[in-house]
Amino acid sequence: MSDLQDAAPRAETDASFRWFLRGVRAALTTPGLVLATAFVGFASLALEEGFSLAEAGFMTVAIWALPAIVVLMGAIKSGATLLAAAFAVALSSVRFLPMLVALVPEMRAPRTRPWVLYLLSHFVAVTSWVVAFQQFPRVPREMRTAFYGGLAGWLLVANLGVVVIVFTLAAALPPVASAALLLITPIYFLTSLWGSSRDDAGKIALGVGVVLGPLCHAIAPTIDLLAAGLIGGSLGYGIHRLRGMRRA
Amino acid sequence: MTFDAIDTWWLPFLFILIAGTAATDIWRFLGVYFGGRIAAESELLVAVRAVATALVAGVIGNLVVFPSGELAETSLILRLSAVAIGFAVYLVSGNRMLVGILTAEAVLIAGMLLSP
Repeated sequence: MSDLQDAAPRAETDASFRWFLRGVRAALTTPGLVLATAFVGFASLALEEGFSLAEAGFMTVAIWALPAIVVLMGAIKSGATLLAAAFAVALSSVRFLPMLVALVPEMRAPRTRPWVLYLLSHFVAVTSWVVAFQQFPRVPREMRTAFYGGLAGWLLVANLGVVVIVFTLAAALPPVASAALLLITPIYFLTSLWGSSRDDAGKIALGVGVVLGPLCHAIAPTIDLLAAGLIGGSLGYGIHRLRGMRRA
Repeated sequence: MTFDAIDTWWLPFLFILIAGTAATDIWRFLGVYFGGRIAAESELLVAVRAVATALVAGVIGNLVVFPSGELAETSLILRLSAVAIGFAVYLVSGNRMLVGILTAEAVLIAGMLLSP
């Protein structure tokens, strides 16, 4: 009797676990490799700027979004206050609002509990988001939260491992290799931001921001990122609007 | 208050939790809350995304112009060339990130090994 009652939920748990593992497998692809490269760069940078392994690991798990992490490290390095740092990080992370607004309807099944979505949302970053949108058409709707948990959960755990490995091995590296690792973060973000900006506002903001960052850093180091973001973003958006009006 | 204002083991973690986790998760949670209820595309979001992009771009610029560690031992010209050539190759290769990253690295390493 009890066997019969248990059979259905057990079958569902088995299926969930199977899709969880398929999510893990979806993380073992080129986007996952590129992200691991980026975390090698982040860990080298964190080590070089005096963060401990515990701090770097904590940033990986507790923030997870790499742009937010490097903005936070940049703010800390330039001696920003808690409020200024939080403001800069919040500005760099607003994109999660539209990202989740788009993802949640794809991931939610009629019986999905809200806390599952809130928990999974912490694991959302651009890599798993892009892969999820590619793979979801092949995943049954009731299995999408399990699939995403495997995909994004594995990416987080694996990259935490990357951070630990880099911290352990970096001291033994020759200078040329250390320098090469430190160049990963800027070139990674330059290419990833260019690839992910769908409108010319983002591309102009990227070009202006790259120049404004160092310029503002020389003038007002503690608010350099906020200044670069607000000025560069306004310019990018303003030019984008002007062009749109001329076209219309 | 700054990251190392007082000498305690927990302040950096609290700093990361507030300025990092809270400042990021608030948007993730709001996104779940509004998921499917508002349009993911709007003019306001284009503007907001532009600000976020410029902000991270500012970090990119700083990392190239004011690097730390061994990268600081290289010349600014070499770093700018490496990033510029890597980015150009990324564009030519049809936005393949790994190709762009490896090219920038190759230019930097070649430059470091060839310079006296």
